[in-house]
Parts: sequence; C-alpha cells; structure tokens
Amino acid sequence: MITSTPPLAHRLRWTFADGLTLVGRELGRLRQEPGELIGALVFPAIMVVLFGYVFGSAIQVPDGGDYREYLMPGLFAMVTFSAVMGVMTRVATDASRGVMDRFRSMPMARLAVPFGQTGADLLTGLLMLAIMVGAGLLVGWQPHRGLIPTAQAFLLMIVLRYALSWVGVYVGLAVKNDQVADTMVPLFLPFTMLSNAFVPTGGMPGWLRFLADWNPVSALTAVSRELFGNPGAPSGNVAWPLAHPVAAVLLWSAALLVIFVPLSLRAYMRRGR
Amino acid sequence: MADPIVVAEGLHKSFGDTHALRGLDLSVPRGTVCGVLGPNGAGKTTAVRILATLSDPDAGHARIAGYDVVREAGKVRARIGLAGQSAAVDEKLTGRGNLRMFGRLSHLSRREAHRRADELLDRFGLMDAADRQVAGYSGGMRRRLDLITCLILRPEVLFLDEPTTGLDPRSRGEIWDSVRELVADGTTVLLTTQYLDEADQLADDIAVIDHGQVVATGTPDELKATIGDRLDVVVEDPAALRPAATVLNALTGTDPTMTGADRLSVALPGGGLRLADIVRELDRAEVAAADVRLRRPTLDEVFLRLTDRKESVR
Ligand SMILES: Nc1ncnc2c1ncn2[C@@H]1O[C@H](COP(=O)(O)OP(=O)(O)OP(=O)(O)O)[C@@H](O)[C@H]1O
Ligand SMILES: [Mg+2]
Repeated sequence: MITSTPPLAHRLRWTFADGLTLVGRELGRLRQEPGELIGALVFPAIMVVLFGYVFGSAIQVPDGGDYREYLMPGLFAMVTFSAVMGVMTRVATDASRGVMDRFRSMPMARLAVPFGQTGADLLTGLLMLAIMVGAGLLVGWQPHRGLIPTAQAFLLMIVLRYALSWVGVYVGLAVKNDQVADTMVPLFLPFTMLSNAFVPTGGMPGWLRFLADWNPVSALTAVSRELFGNPGAPSGNVAWPLAHPVAAVLLWSAALLVIFVPLSLRAYMRRGR
Repeated sequence: MADPIVVAEGLHKSFGDTHALRGLDLSVPRGTVCGVLGPNGAGKTTAVRILATLSDPDAGHARIAGYDVVREAGKVRARIGLAGQSAAVDEKLTGRGNLRMFGRLSHLSRREAHRRADELLDRFGLMDAADRQVAGYSGGMRRRLDLITCLILRPEVLFLDEPTTGLDPRSRGEIWDSVRELVADGTTVLLTTQYLDEADQLADDIAVIDHGQVVATGTPDELKATIGDRLDVVVEDPAALRPAATVLNALTGTDPTMTGADRLSVALPGGGLRLADIVRELDRAEVAAADVRLRRPTLDEVFLRLTDRKESVR
C-alpha cells in the first residue's frame, strides 16, 4: 500500500485555512458574548480610575510629569500580558471539554489548532488595545513623538503579546483543566504589579527591584514610555532591560517563542495519553 | 457483511502501573452496532481513544476500514466520527456556529458547510435551537449536537463513548433513535455503555470487557444463554426465606441472591432441574411459596456474572 503524504504546499495551505477558521471561531464567540471583551478590560479600566485618580494624586512621577501619562504605558503592558491568561483558559477549556480531542480526531491540519488559538488571541488583543487607547485618550494620555514611534510601540506590544500567547498555549495544554486554569488567573495580578507599570522601581528593596527590573512587563512599559514620549524615562544607573527596552522586548519575545512554540507543539501533538 | 471494518488485535495500554488494556481483541462487521460493555475503569474509553487515533497502543494493532490507526492515522480520521464521554462542542458558539466551524475544519467549502449544518440541524430536530448559544442547551440537546457534529463528513464508523450517560429517559430515547437512523444509513457504530438496556436496545453484538480484556462476546441473546436460566422464588412469609435459601442452595449448588424482602433469585445449572422438583423440595421444607418462576437472565445478571462483581444482595 502506498501512503502518499500530501505535498508541503498543500499542507501549509490547509494549516493556514484551518487556522483562519479557528480565528473566525473567536469572532463567532465575540458576537455571542461581546461582554467577554469588556470583562477582560474591567480590570485595567478600574486601574485607570483607581491609580489614575485615587493614588495618582499622591504618587510622584520621577521627572515631574502627569501620572496618568505615566500610567497608561503600564496598563498597555498589563493588557498585553493578559494574553497568557486568556489563551491558557481557552486552551484548557478546549482540552477538558474534549473539543481538543475532536480536533485531533478530525482530518484537519494539526498545527492549525495552536496557531489558530494564538491567531485568535491576536485578534482580541488588537480590539482590547484599541479600547484601552480610547480610554487613555479620555483621561488625557497621548503619544507625543509622532506616527512612526507610536506605531513602533504598538508593534512591539503585539510582537510580545504573540510570544506570550504561546506561553498560554503551553500552560493550558499542561493543566488540561479549565477549573485549574481559572484558579491560576489571579496570579497575573502580582506578576504585572511587580514592575515599573504603576510606580518607579527605584524605591523598591534590592531583591524586589531586581525582579521588577527584569520583568518583561517593565521592559514593555519602558518601551512605550520612551516611544510615546510619556514621562518616567529611567535615569541614572538603571538595569540593562530598562536602559535598552526595545532590545529587551525583542529578546524576551524571541526567547519565549523559541522555548514555548516547540514545547506547545510537542504537547499538542503528543499522543498516547 | 462479514467483512469487519473495525479490527483490534491484542491491544495493550498502560498508564504507569495501571494496565488499562491487556490484550483487547475486537472485530466489528460493517454496518452493525457493536456494544462495548464494561464497568467503570474496564478500559472502554482507552480502547475507543486508540481506535479513534487519539492515543497509541503500547502493543498490538488496530485497523479501521483496512487502515492502521497508528501509521495511517490521517486516512482513519477521514473515515471516523468520535463522540467522546463529554459533549465536545464550543459552548460559546451557537449550535449552527459549531456545525459550520467543524464543517469548515472538515474542509467543506463555506457553502457546503452551511448547507450541511442546516441539513443536520433539521434532520435531528435542533433547528429551533440552531441560533441559540450552546451554553443554554439542555444536556440532551448538547449530546445530540455533539453526535451530529460527528456526522458532517458522513463517517463510515462512528465511535460513541457512553452517549447517554447522565441523560433522562426521554433524551436517551432520542439519542437511540438517532443512532438507529444512522445504522439504517449503513454507518457502523461502536458504542460503549454501562447501561445494559442500551446495549440490549441498540447492539447487534456485545463485547463485555473487564480489566482491559474481552471476557465475552455475542448477541444479547447468546450472552443471556451462556449463564443459564434463573429461578425466582417469592415466599409468603419472609421468615421462610432462610429455609428456602437452604433448599435452593442444596439443589443448585450456589447461594441464592435476595432480590426483595420476600424473594430470592438463583442461577440454575445447565439442565437437569425441573420446576416440579423444585416445588416439591420447597414443600418438603415447609416453605409456602407464593410464586416460583423460571426465566431468562437479564443482561444485568450476565454482566455481573461475567465481570466478576458480587451480585447485589441489597
Ligand atoms: N490518562 C490516564 N492516565 C492514567 N490512568 C488512566 C488514564 N486514562 C485511563 N486511565 C486508567 O485506565 C483504566 C481504564 O480507564 P478507562 O477510562 O478506559 O475506563 P472506562 O471503561 O472508560 O471507565 P468509565 O466507565 O469510568 O468511563 C482506569 O483504571 C483509569 O484510571
Ligand atoms: Mg470511559
């Protein structure tokens, strides 16, 4: 018996087409539950109000800028990091409800599933970012350095978001249980707070400051502050990721992709369990 | 007709120290319904997952329509449908949205996927709920949607893992009707179940599995015949149960089971015992019997006997 493997071009085409179908699935879900998008934004929105107006009056921005201008890049970073939790929850739900098994038992392109899930997250990520930009403009934030740096900042957010969504795929496949995934969601909070997103890291105790400086949230926040021309540019003796935030974000993205894409694909393709 | 479309030979599968399958053999003729019956943990789901290419066996092999489930998994997947133990549909989408998505993922054209979705919704009575979110479906509707999702590509073999667990009798009847309709279309069905009446109702052949092995196969009638007839005795005074049990034990060589406050049931050894002898012996022991009756065993009794669990003494 001859078992012909379909040519590569054919497989790639179907991987792409099936991936797109899964991105379309996300649109279908959003149409049914538009509130989900809002739900994901409730937290950053509360942060805008809470930090922007309540604590903001008492927090001193290093070079004397407006605190809400200082805060928004941190919230953009926070929204970017929600990719991990969002994708993790969706993948774990699919795995525990048997939807993942249905995909596996269908004659569809296998790689389309993780690529479709991360692609779908990109779609929701862009929508969430757009809403956050709207919220930022409302509270008086704005980019000051022109089109190109602004576009660069958003591009870097998207690149890092995509890399982070693969972390979500891997963790979701590893926990395989939507309830466990749900209990992990709150971990997101301390992770994003332990950074320069809300307050400068300069005042933190040494070991905490070290963690905060090397947190990718901090690098992404620093990138936005620099490229949007928002206050809070670090000065003096700062850690490497904050002194070179663009390089740091690109390196973080590359490292996450190099580690988590193969891990996720292996976890997804692995059979016999 | 005798050409088997599902063949499993000597399947072994372990998870750590748990030997889920220990040399499972199975053969399902095309166009028939095979009921795989077994208690919790017998290995039913493990077997189905291997046959549906979701899991590789440690040893042994299996073929679907002549294709090996490990080496030719792609060809197998194009010919099977799997409804797993939970309804594997996207709760956030509508019923129609689910069918369209799975249609597209089965590489139907957009138009064809839409057409097929409507056709299936209509045929299996879900058209009214088509545009509602699945999260709001009843358990029975969800299961039915799950079932028809497997039918998008008209599979040759359908695997149903406990398709009616947790459903009320009416929903269960509806799923049974759907399965019968599919079989009438020529689909081969392999279904696992813990409900013996389900196997009795749907299956042409039954494979009873326990501890990862097939312990008996046959039609429901053949299986019932293997353990011989049963004798039920109802006594007038519950105090007479003990002497009645002694008599029955002496006659049959087995301990009777109490099936109620005033009744006993016992398996008869093959041949030799006549109803008249039993009645006379009971008389001699001064047991006033309200009813003495010979009957075929139920599939439950066959199952309990074959899977070596203690018969329930309530
Ligand atoms: N992924 C797994 N990891 C570890 N053990 C497993 C796994 N899957 C199954 N088992 C074990 O293998 C045995 C057979 O399980 P299986 O799910 O096939 O039984 P089943 O007949 O489908 O039972 P049920 O009626 O409860 O669905 C059980 O002892 C189970 O605990
Ligand atoms: Mg099972």
